[in-house]
Amino acid sequence: MAEVLVYVDHVDGAVRKPTLELLTLARRIGEPVAVALGGGAGDTAAALAEHGAVKVLTDEAAEYADYLVVPKVDALQAAHAAVSPAAVLVPSSVEGKEIAARLALRLGSGVITDAVDLEAGDEGPVATQSVFAASYTTKSRVSKGTPVITVKPNSVAVEAAPAAGAVEALSVTFSAQATGTKVTGRTPRESTGRPELTEAAIVVSGGRGVNGAENFAVIEALADSLGAAVGASRAAVDAGWYPHTNQVGQTGKSVSPQLYIASGISGAIQHRAGMQTSKTIVAINKDAEAPIFDLVDYGIVGDLFDVVPQLTEEIKTRKG
Amino acid sequence: MSLRIVVTVKYVPDATGDRHFADDLTVDRDDVDGLLSELDEYAVEQALQISDNSDDDVEITVLTVGPEDAKDALRKALSMGADKAIHVEDDDLHGTDAIGTSLVLAKAIEKAGYDLVVSGMASTDGTMGVVPALLAERLGVPQVTLLSEVSVEDGTVKGRRDGDAASEQLEASLPAVVSVTDQSGEARYPSFKGIMAAKKKPVQSWDLSDLDIDEDEVGLENAYTVVDSAAERPARTAGTIVKDEGEGGKQLAEFLASQKFV
Repeated sequence: MAEVLVYVDHVDGAVRKPTLELLTLARRIGEPVAVALGGGAGDTAAALAEHGAVKVLTDEAAEYADYLVVPKVDALQAAHAAVSPAAVLVPSSVEGKEIAARLALRLGSGVITDAVDLEAGDEGPVATQSVFAASYTTKSRVSKGTPVITVKPNSVAVEAAPAAGAVEALSVTFSAQATGTKVTGRTPRESTGRPELTEAAIVVSGGRGVNGAENFAVIEALADSLGAAVGASRAAVDAGWYPHTNQVGQTGKSVSPQLYIASGISGAIQHRAGMQTSKTIVAINKDAEAPIFDLVDYGIVGDLFDVVPQLTEEIKTRKG
Repeated sequence: MSLRIVVTVKYVPDATGDRHFADDLTVDRDDVDGLLSELDEYAVEQALQISDNSDDDVEITVLTVGPEDAKDALRKALSMGADKAIHVEDDDLHGTDAIGTSLVLAKAIEKAGYDLVVSGMASTDGTMGVVPALLAERLGVPQVTLLSEVSVEDGTVKGRRDGDAASEQLEASLPAVVSVTDQSGEARYPSFKGIMAAKKKPVQSWDLSDLDIDEDEVGLENAYTVVDSAAERPARTAGTIVKDEGEGGKQLAEFLASQKFV
C-alpha cells in the first residue's frame, strides 16, 4: 500500500487535533507516515501511532524554531525523498500553507490548499474545497507530481486506528535558504482555557452589536456555559474590542463547527466567508433585516443583552 | 542608497458581487466588476510607509499579471502614490494556477530589478495565500511573510508575525519578499492630486516572450491542478426566526436542547 506523508503540528510534543484529522483522511489514500519536527518531536509518537501512523520520522534540530518555514520545507523534502509517498498532507494553518506551497514547487508538484474533505480517486486524491465565501463547492486534484494538499481543521471526525508508529530519525540537510529569516523573538499566546477557535465544536461570536470590549464578558459567559470558543467579527476586532486572533472571516479564521452562535453580527460577506459552512447556525440581532438571518437555523430578533444572559442562565440550569 | 520596491497586486472580482465560475471552471471575470484586491491595498500602503520613513531614494513599482482590465488595479495603486507600473498580459495566461502565476511574477520581478517585494496576505478570490512564499522560493531570497508590522532599515527588514500559537519577531537581509496582513494599517485613500498624477505615470506592458516564458509553462492546460467540478452550494433552508418577547433566551435554549447541544 502506498504511503502518505502527514506533517505533524504539535506544541512541544503535544499533537494538535487537526493532525489527527489528517491521519484519519490519510488512511483513505494509503498508510500514514508522520513527520514531526522541532523540540518534543519524539514525544508525538504515541498519539500518532494511536491514530494510524505506521512510522514517525522525527528531527529535533533547533533550526525549526529559530528560522521561518524553510527548514521545515527542507525536512519534508528529505522525507519525500526517503518515502516516495502517494501524497503529502499538511494542516491548513498559515504556516502549513506556506510549507506546502514551497514543497510543491520543489517537487514539481501541484498544491491544493484549504481542502474540507479528501477521498481516494482513480487519478489521485480528490479534494473538496469551499470557495467564493463558501457559496461554491469544488472538487479538485493535483495533476502533476506528488499531490501536496493542505486540509482545514474540523474536516473529518478523528478515528483511532492503532498502528506501529515506529520512530525513525529523519536525516535533513538544510538548504542555503534555511537560515534566511531569523526568528528573533517569540511571545506565546496566553491561554484562555477555551478551545482553539478553528478546532472547537461550538463557537460563540460577537460583533458590532456587542458595543465595547467590556461587553464581551456576556459573549464569553455564554461560550463558557457551552464549552465553546469565542469569535469576533472584523468590526469588533477593528474597534479594538477583541483580539485579531479571534477574528472569524475572510481575513481571520475560517471555522466550521457543529454550532455557530452569532451575536450582534450583521453577516457581511467578509464574515460569512469564515463561518458559512458551520453545521447549525444561530443568530441574535436587533435588526430583523440583517443578512445573517438568511443563514440561520434559528434566529432571535432582539437585544443581545437581554437574550444572551437569559440563554446562558437557562443552559446552566439545564446542565445543572 | 536607493531602495527598489516591487508591490505585487491582483485585479479580482468584487467579493460583494455575485461571483461564479465560467464554463471552463476558471473564475468568471466578465459578469462581476473587478477591482484592486482589498488585501493588496495594505501592501501598497506599507510600501508607501517604508518610502515615507526612509532617507533612501525609494522607487515603488506595482506589478500585476492579468487581463486588460487589470490596468484598473495598477491605476488605483499609482493614484495611492506608487511611482510606476508593470502589466504582464498574455492570452496564454488564462487559467494559470498559483504555481504558474508565481513563475510569471518572479520573472517580471527579476526583470524589473528589486530590493524588496511586498505582497498582500492573500487574494480575495483564490484566497490561497501562498504566492509570497512561492516568490521567495523562486527568487531564492528570505521570506518574511504575514506581517502585521514591518520596517526596513540599513538593508534589513524586520516585522511581527502573529501566528496561532505565538507572535514572532522576524528579521532578514534584503533582498527579501514580504507579505502584510490587514492588521498592518489602514490603506490611504487616493487624493484628487494623486488620481490626476497617476494618469501621467508610466505603465509598461510585458508579455510572455518579454519574460522568456514558454506558453507550455502557464495557462489552464498546463496547470498543476485540475478542477473537476464546481457546484453552487445549496441555499440554507430557511430557519425559524422569532422576535424576542422576553423569553427569547429560553426559546433559544429549548432549540439548542432539541438539537442535543445542551
